[in-house]
Amino acid sequence: MLDMTNEQVKKAAEFFAGEIGNLAGSRKIRLMEVCGTHTVAIFKAGIRQLLPASVELVSGPGCPVCVTANEYLDTAIAYSRQPEVIITTFGDMLKVPGSSSNLATEKAAGADIRIVYSPMESLDIARDNPSKKIIFLAVGFETTAPIAAAVVLMAEQAKINNFYVLSAHKLVPPALKALLMAKETHVDGFLLPGHVSAMIGMEPYQFLMDEFQTPAVVAGFEPLDILQGIYMLLQQIHAGVPILENQYGRIVPQKGNVRACEILAQVYERTDATWRGIGSLPSSGLKLRKEYVAFDAKENIPVVVEPTKEHAGCRCGEVLRGNILPTLCPLFGKNCRPEHPVGSCMVSVEGTCAAWYKYGAGRWQG
Amino acid sequence: MCLAVPGKIVEIQDMLATVDVSGVTRKISLMLLPEAKVGEFVLIHAGFAIQAIDEEEVRKTLELFKELEEYARHDQ
Amino acid sequence: MAHGSGGKLSHDLVKNIMWPAFANDILGQMHDGAQFMIHGTKLAFSTDSYVVKPLFFAGGDIGKLAVCGTVNDVAMNGAVPLYLSAGFILEEGFPIDDLQKIVTSMHKAAEEAGVYIVTGDTKVVEKGGVDGLYINTAGIGYRLEGVHISGQNAKPGQDVILSGYLGEHALAVMGERHGLTFPQSVASDCAPLNGLVAELLAAVPQIAVLRDPTRGGLATTLNEIAVQSQVGIMLEEVQIPISPAVQAACDILGFDPLYLANEGKMIVFVDKKYTEQVMKIMSSHVYGRGARVIGQVMEKPAGQVGLRTTIGGVRLLDMLMGDQLPRIC
Repeated sequence: MLDMTNEQVKKAAEFFAGEIGNLAGSRKIRLMEVCGTHTVAIFKAGIRQLLPASVELVSGPGCPVCVTANEYLDTAIAYSRQPEVIITTFGDMLKVPGSSSNLATEKAAGADIRIVYSPMESLDIARDNPSKKIIFLAVGFETTAPIAAAVVLMAEQAKINNFYVLSAHKLVPPALKALLMAKETHVDGFLLPGHVSAMIGMEPYQFLMDEFQTPAVVAGFEPLDILQGIYMLLQQIHAGVPILENQYGRIVPQKGNVRACEILAQVYERTDATWRGIGSLPSSGLKLRKEYVAFDAKENIPVVVEPTKEHAGCRCGEVLRGNILPTLCPLFGKNCRPEHPVGSCMVSVEGTCAAWYKYGAGRWQG
Repeated sequence: MCLAVPGKIVEIQDMLATVDVSGVTRKISLMLLPEAKVGEFVLIHAGFAIQAIDEEEVRKTLELFKELEEYARHDQ
Repeated sequence: MAHGSGGKLSHDLVKNIMWPAFANDILGQMHDGAQFMIHGTKLAFSTDSYVVKPLFFAGGDIGKLAVCGTVNDVAMNGAVPLYLSAGFILEEGFPIDDLQKIVTSMHKAAEEAGVYIVTGDTKVVEKGGVDGLYINTAGIGYRLEGVHISGQNAKPGQDVILSGYLGEHALAVMGERHGLTFPQSVASDCAPLNGLVAELLAAVPQIAVLRDPTRGGLATTLNEIAVQSQVGIMLEEVQIPISPAVQAACDILGFDPLYLANEGKMIVFVDKKYTEQVMKIMSSHVYGRGARVIGQVMEKPAGQVGLRTTIGGVRLLDMLMGDQLPRIC
């Protein structure tokens, strides 16, 4: 929708890059983005090459696929092996390793696992296969969770009784809080996820000001959105006044999407959740309310899950918390690569390590 | 974690809208954005319209991006 | 399963299992086809198997694909394709009407390309043995005199030219999945390129590399060449032609158009002094209408492909790893 010529985009980018350089001076600044989609967008646009060396852009725990615990994958895999189950999932989950297998491997071995673009497609599959149990792998942050909730309501209304949800939804603000409370975290400003914010609005991030006085800007995903977001952060840091700002005004209203939040709250409630690489965070995940227990896979379909095994040796936790760059993990690029990932950061396209590896930071020597 | 794309609503039937993204169309649920109308631009994600796009803000953003150098001069 | 889609894993299969088993110099040249001589005549020979689903899609079908794909593979060796073989493996109960349509389609494509299907084979296997229909075609032709096309011939000082818009075949084939409806303009670009190749080589025999970016897309194909020639390649994102509809579908599903298969496009590497001539011939040909100079060859970094983005940053453009999957997160 931003109709600009390539020339105009380039000029605008040069302006932002120049201003960012001026504002940063020689001071070392570390900014964190907490959205896997930002991680990929930043790499794809080549944003880092336009920033001065003193401005470091690190990724936080913003990849919902990466922070999904092994146990969830193992459960999904165990379900997929049941002959009356059809698993529906976003493509993102297919190659994520569990303790000993992954969904792509199970699919090749004959499991009925189907990639969907929208969870609504699961309802069509449920209707077409009345003797089967359709389990949707509900992964994602607040952008996607209200959609899963809406689909549960659709299923209820249409009286579909063979549709289930296996929830691994997580919430961004609690992760930010946990990050800032950890001693080793050192972040000068946050680039906040534009589409999560489209749902939850600006209010849930207020604590970044009130409790932590950390500059934060909600930003969109076009290269110029990201550059402007970084520019706004630098302005705050330069002025010494942290504010919660909105760069993405064309999409994000102050209150977010109230209807979506209502639907989410109707179907889901908060629960403690395990974030791979971080540990258990209180009230950071979502589970179906008891009124909707009929749609909860774990409550209705018995399954035996293998004991969870964690892969040793990787420094994913530190990468996810933005404390080290992927290149400092001893396994990065060697034992741990996209085609055989060891840790969570390498598993998803949006994982910090996967993005780092694929887009070449540390490999392009031109 | 949020691949979402702007599209224009070209038709609405009950809670389902046909949304056009540069000529590619798909049926999208308006359950999370029931007030959306034909002709409006919305942000779509996983088969749902999740937010209305403020066309005035789009215009302002575009104007800003196109005239950044002038804007900077005014500031000084 | 991810081994068949043309990216790094396919490579590893071929490199680690096939090559060592078949080891010989001709295979070692690593073309899409083989180049050799028989009694003083320089020949090119290529084969490919077609397992595309669905069998019929906007702009073509498995038959047209099977003919054009092999015609193009032979042509990309700097050769004039003449004769094709066609092997069919059918699932029991395959509809005769569909087979008729596919075979007619193959005939039409062969006619346009000026080649003949001169030998073949048909097998029927029991239900479930194959998914509908698989076709294998092999093609043979003679290499043009004075022409030296090889993936090892890329050199600094050359421009990289692409004949047109990316991603159309891949989207035409996958489009109906996930509920997307495409405008009429998005149809497979499946086409025989041997006519364009012949025209180009007649005017500019100095062309060094020819390749069609099929499975794995533009990025994978260029990576292969960069490695074979041990050169670097720098692309300009603003020059790469991608239609708004293809970009939209990719944005919705989370695909990258640089990795999508094309069946009617070619890449040309040629010394800069011939670029204008190549562009002129391409743009006046029906299959070269969207031609652009998309980049150039550099000395370093050897074996890597870089992309200068719209905003001027440079990033690595890696090979495809396994299948591209739609993503939402």
